[in-house]
Amino acid sequence: MPDSLPADSVGIVTPQTYHFDTPIDLACGQSLPSYDLMVETYGELNADASNAVLICHALSGHHHAAGFHSMEDRKPGWWDSCIGPGKPIDTNRFFVVALNNLGGCHGSTGPSSINPATGKQYGPDFPVITVSDWVKSQAQLADRMGIETWAAVVGGSLGGMQALQWSLDYPDRLKHAVVIASTPRLTAQNIAFNEVARQAITSDREFYDGRYYDHNIVPRRGLMLARMVGHITYLSDESMGEKFGRELRDQAYKFGYDAEFQVESYLRYQGERFSESFDANTYLLMTRALDYFDPAYDYGGNLSRALASARCEFLVLSFSTDWRFAPERSEEMVNAMIAARRKVSYAEIDAPWGHDAFLIPTPRYTDILHAYMDRIGREVGA
Amino acid sequence: MRPDLDIIQQWISKGHHVLDLGCGDGTLLDYLQRERGASGFGLEINPEHITTCMSRGVAVIEQNLDTQGLGNFDDGSFDVVLMTQALQAVRRPDKVLDEMLRVGREGIVTFPNFAHWRLRWGLALSGRMPESDALPYKWYNTPNIRLCTFKDFEALCRQKGIRITSRRVVDGQHQNSWLARLWPNLLGEIAIYRITRENTL
Repeated sequence: MPDSLPADSVGIVTPQTYHFDTPIDLACGQSLPSYDLMVETYGELNADASNAVLICHALSGHHHAAGFHSMEDRKPGWWDSCIGPGKPIDTNRFFVVALNNLGGCHGSTGPSSINPATGKQYGPDFPVITVSDWVKSQAQLADRMGIETWAAVVGGSLGGMQALQWSLDYPDRLKHAVVIASTPRLTAQNIAFNEVARQAITSDREFYDGRYYDHNIVPRRGLMLARMVGHITYLSDESMGEKFGRELRDQAYKFGYDAEFQVESYLRYQGERFSESFDANTYLLMTRALDYFDPAYDYGGNLSRALASARCEFLVLSFSTDWRFAPERSEEMVNAMIAARRKVSYAEIDAPWGHDAFLIPTPRYTDILHAYMDRIGREVGA
Repeated sequence: MRPDLDIIQQWISKGHHVLDLGCGDGTLLDYLQRERGASGFGLEINPEHITTCMSRGVAVIEQNLDTQGLGNFDDGSFDVVLMTQALQAVRRPDKVLDEMLRVGREGIVTFPNFAHWRLRWGLALSGRMPESDALPYKWYNTPNIRLCTFKDFEALCRQKGIRITSRRVVDGQHQNSWLARLWPNLLGEIAIYRITRENTL
């Protein structure tokens, strides 16, 4: 809890629900007749609406990217290190929009929302959402907010996929795409990890084929296991070693199977906390959206052909110890952009924290983001 | 603008797609984009330079020529490939030249002349590895691991069937003096070569 708000914080923020009554057609063939998006904004939209920046969240993210909801909050939004007055995404210059994606569980319409057709939660009846669907719903939000063109669409991991998809689906509606710690498609290993997570959830007895809401219960064990395996892939061997090593909770081995190593209790704690706040069906949906993402698919696997329609400039960033979406995946993307003659800048940032590095303000990372966003600001008159 | 860069910019035409190997802080590419209507990328490994490029709107890729090469660039995908003051710092200049003329129709290369009279004089007189304004390092910490003379470079081009279409020689102040034109390998400190494969231009 902050005693007083830091000077470079956006301060106390209040999320806002945007309701949409126009049906949205989804990639799976279904459509949602109406939906809500939970949104936070920071800074002011300028007169010609040229200074808007869209922040896309990753697997477990949401609309609360910066600031505090109340003075009682223990922690600020998930990307507070980069969004605020004087920070790389400077809210004195930019109008920053962050939302909870469709299918999420933080206020936007998702599997835990009430299906107007049945009066009960959607559960497994909620359609599978793709990255393209998200971008489409974000475009609806932009229309509603009077934003014709984003100065930049910015995202890490799954958020970076959305930034890339924006450049393909709405090439004239963004000036820059900032794609951080992301990939143009998941590898077999990535999908395999997602499958373990999904199996953990669906094999939990309390999952009830996704209708656990009807039983007033949550598949907590499954969700916890899913998060634990996911969490391992977000860290690096190096950062885990540094944080926990082989440290024991007590002095000696107990010759049992309870959590004896610090790393075990850490993972359990992370898993438990996550299972209290996240919806299992949303977790399935998010991992599937990751699996399906492959913008080159419709172009015979050739990403540079897919990128031929893109008009924006790109900044691509990767992190040296990220093995979930390794620097090589970012380089694939960059090479496709080069071949398509798109304007792209790329840096691999040396950081020990694995995939999670995109959330941690390493000096070089912050400097680059600052420099690039500052230039966008000058370009759009922000 | 540095006189050597001024000479180079005159060789770039409007709309040229340019690759700058070791683009530094992006000064040249920035100029070419704004003043010559060129497009393109710079490759760089220095973090501060990369950030400066990004802040001035130069497309820069963090890529190490020695370890990563240019394999990610398609054949003939650039009009011009530039390499200013970096040829002497790569592990295999001969292979870099091949790669430059694979991905580009034309190459522009500048490097310091190790046969400049002051370096010859310094070595002859003191018996120590020469140092100069263009080569301000000690033998043990210099990034310039493949120093050569203008004659060496021209011999390599002949051997590889690379055609030199233009050569400008400047002195330490980057001036194009008449003396340096007369005895380039003795009086020229930096040369700017325009090269191509004989059958393409």
